[in-house]
Amino acid sequence: MTRNLREDKDRVPVNRILPFSSVDGPGNRTVVFLQGCGFDCKYCHNPETRNLCISCGDCVGKCPAHALHMVEGKVTFDPLVCCKCDTCIKTCTYGASPRIRWMNAQEVCSEVIKQKPFVRGVTISGGECTTYPDFLTHLLMLCREEGLGTLLDSNGSLLFENYPELLTVTDGVMLDIKAWDAREHQNVTGIDNGSVLKNMIYLAERNKLYEVRTVVVPELFNCEQTVRETARMLRPFLSRSQIRYKLICYRPMGVREAYSHYNIPSGELMQHLADAAHEEGMQDIIII
Amino acid sequence: MMREIGMDRVNETRKQMLETVESTVLTHEQKVATMANLADSLLEVIDLPDGLDELLNQPIDRQCICDLSEGHAPLRPRYIVPDYQKFMREGSKFLQLDPPQDLYEAVNSLLIFYKHVPSVTNYPVYVGALDELLDPYVQDMDEAQAEKIIRLFLIHMDRTILDSFSHANIGPKATKAGSIILRVIGQMQDAVPNLSMKYDEEQTSDEFLRECVVTALHSAKPSFANHKMFVSELNEDYVIASCYNGLKYGGGSYTLSRLILGNIAKRATDTADFLNNQLPYVCQVMADYMDARIRFEVEESGFFENNFLAKEGFIHRDKFTAMFGMVGMAEAVDILMEKSGKSLRYGHDKEADDLAVQIMDKITAFNQNHTNPYCEATGGHFLLHAQVGIASDVNVTPGTRIPIGEEPEELIDHLRHCERFHKYFPSGTGDIFPIDATVHRNPEYVMDIIKGAMKEEIRYLSFYGSDSDVIRITGYLVKKSEIEKLEHGENVKHDTTALGLGAKHNGHILERKIR
Repeated sequence: MTRNLREDKDRVPVNRILPFSSVDGPGNRTVVFLQGCGFDCKYCHNPETRNLCISCGDCVGKCPAHALHMVEGKVTFDPLVCCKCDTCIKTCTYGASPRIRWMNAQEVCSEVIKQKPFVRGVTISGGECTTYPDFLTHLLMLCREEGLGTLLDSNGSLLFENYPELLTVTDGVMLDIKAWDAREHQNVTGIDNGSVLKNMIYLAERNKLYEVRTVVVPELFNCEQTVRETARMLRPFLSRSQIRYKLICYRPMGVREAYSHYNIPSGELMQHLADAAHEEGMQDIIII
Repeated sequence: MMREIGMDRVNETRKQMLETVESTVLTHEQKVATMANLADSLLEVIDLPDGLDELLNQPIDRQCICDLSEGHAPLRPRYIVPDYQKFMREGSKFLQLDPPQDLYEAVNSLLIFYKHVPSVTNYPVYVGALDELLDPYVQDMDEAQAEKIIRLFLIHMDRTILDSFSHANIGPKATKAGSIILRVIGQMQDAVPNLSMKYDEEQTSDEFLRECVVTALHSAKPSFANHKMFVSELNEDYVIASCYNGLKYGGGSYTLSRLILGNIAKRATDTADFLNNQLPYVCQVMADYMDARIRFEVEESGFFENNFLAKEGFIHRDKFTAMFGMVGMAEAVDILMEKSGKSLRYGHDKEADDLAVQIMDKITAFNQNHTNPYCEATGGHFLLHAQVGIASDVNVTPGTRIPIGEEPEELIDHLRHCERFHKYFPSGTGDIFPIDATVHRNPEYVMDIIKGAMKEEIRYLSFYGSDSDVIRITGYLVKKSEIEKLEHGENVKHDTTALGLGAKHNGHILERKIR
């Protein structure tokens, strides 16, 4: 069954659908987390969403609820039995999760609209949601038909200019700026930031940049430079669209053990960075 | 006709009176009220229906009907909702007050009036639509001055209305006075008055809703009432009083008794016996009891002939109704499921919730078939009420709520559950959600939930910040710091703090799931 769904090209791996969220865009939103991400950020707070399960089976025997089974060489998952203890995720050495549902756009949409009329929109997150651009285009089109707003939470690795149809059905993008300097970005994520910065301008020019966000980890990259340069680059666009800068304080919760030793930035530093963004012209700045 | 009682009961009551006099914890006002209730308990003047004693005078694990300490000889209706607009327009002969001419006179008049509005608690359960009442007087006034007067007005209320079943209303439209009231309440963290905002998507601006949400996350009020829903049932002249009770303006409620459904379920052999025999029987006894209380109030107490509120037309007997209450739906359903050999739980399994709907339909049908000659205001019927519980309740969940500790994982599922039950209760029900402090940064999250709820027949919602000192207990507000004082044996001014203390230990109200 699982394998059949996986082979259906319209289906993508869905890690989780969160019915209500207060932190993924304006108002109350349903958030769809897709599995798989091309970046490998050291401070990733949900590292189990990076890769697809390779069915090594390490997690199956350790599941206390017996929600995981090996069927025809593939790990299968029974959501009704799962006790959400996360033992499987802690066991996995591959940055994956066995708790994945392979769903098509119609199926995801019908789960999202269960939250109507309590939510004003949907936010697609990950992993990295733009790993599946065709699925995204279809899903957001369906959500729009239901009267829901559509936001993407993206690391900026997919060049939006190559997907005009996707952008047509997207209200806005919340874009991660993980470091300004290309080498530092490479160090943080394993990938350079050429497409990220290109996307930032491309989206801002089209009033599709809802928010930029930076996770502040002073030991990993030059935070002040990143914040200042990002804000400076966006300044010309602020007169015609409001762009928020969200400064996210690094916290070790969920981070892999090898990378959970970074210092938590002080309140003073966070405020200093907010002031820097403000000096460069940003008006809407929040620290979380 | 006064019935005889035995000397043993007299002596037992005398003992309780002396204990009240000598109490180290009760304030003077609390002692006077307790003494009056004890004296009243010696009277036997109401025609009690057959079978009542066995259902009423029982410990909390067996009691099926509870009359919520209304006493044996009601000398006033339980809840009184005076027409404050008329008072502002015309003043009062009895109180020797002319119509107020400015904000100073307006708040002075209201504060005097409040001291003359009786209720089951001896404090007014409704203090008016404060925004509408005060708005004319703040129009041409320096805003800082108006704010100071309103602040003093609210402080005066909190320190002299010593019971947080005292309810003010604002909305649905934004007003200058409404904004000032919200601003002042947002700066304070006081329990009195309780506050509801009437929300109507066609009349309430987003900006006003936002002010209300921000205030609620800081000060645990206002709560949000579905204006369209209340208007469709009670017409425009309704108010929210006491905990969250929808009542007619210029009227009120004679009485409120409650069915304790869990204990009624214990009497039943199975679900069919519950629905067809036990529940209808207990409903009938309770309705007969309420009829007898109402008859005494209207025909014998003399209240409606002699009290100045009635004489001057601030209340009208024919705008009163009575509230047919219930608690413990969760326990009833779980007990009946167990008796059917099923391990299905209320609030989690569809079959269990479907049974609850069936029970509500049954109670509704009973009420529709029962008439009382003095409830003309509501078609000759009582209004159903999901009662919020009392401090001494043990294993009794308020109304149709899901028990604390068993809330669904996701808020959406909790709201969908509310949706199935709120429609049954024109005289009030409500659910309460503590909200994580990070949401303070996104009040639109709560706004979206309120707007959605009001589209989906959810009647009444309350929110408070999970780190707030003032919190909503069941329907009323209490400060956690005051509960602590009382726990250490200190006097506290509001009698509702003692109820909050009981609810903390018996009702686990500090353990609600944070959203």
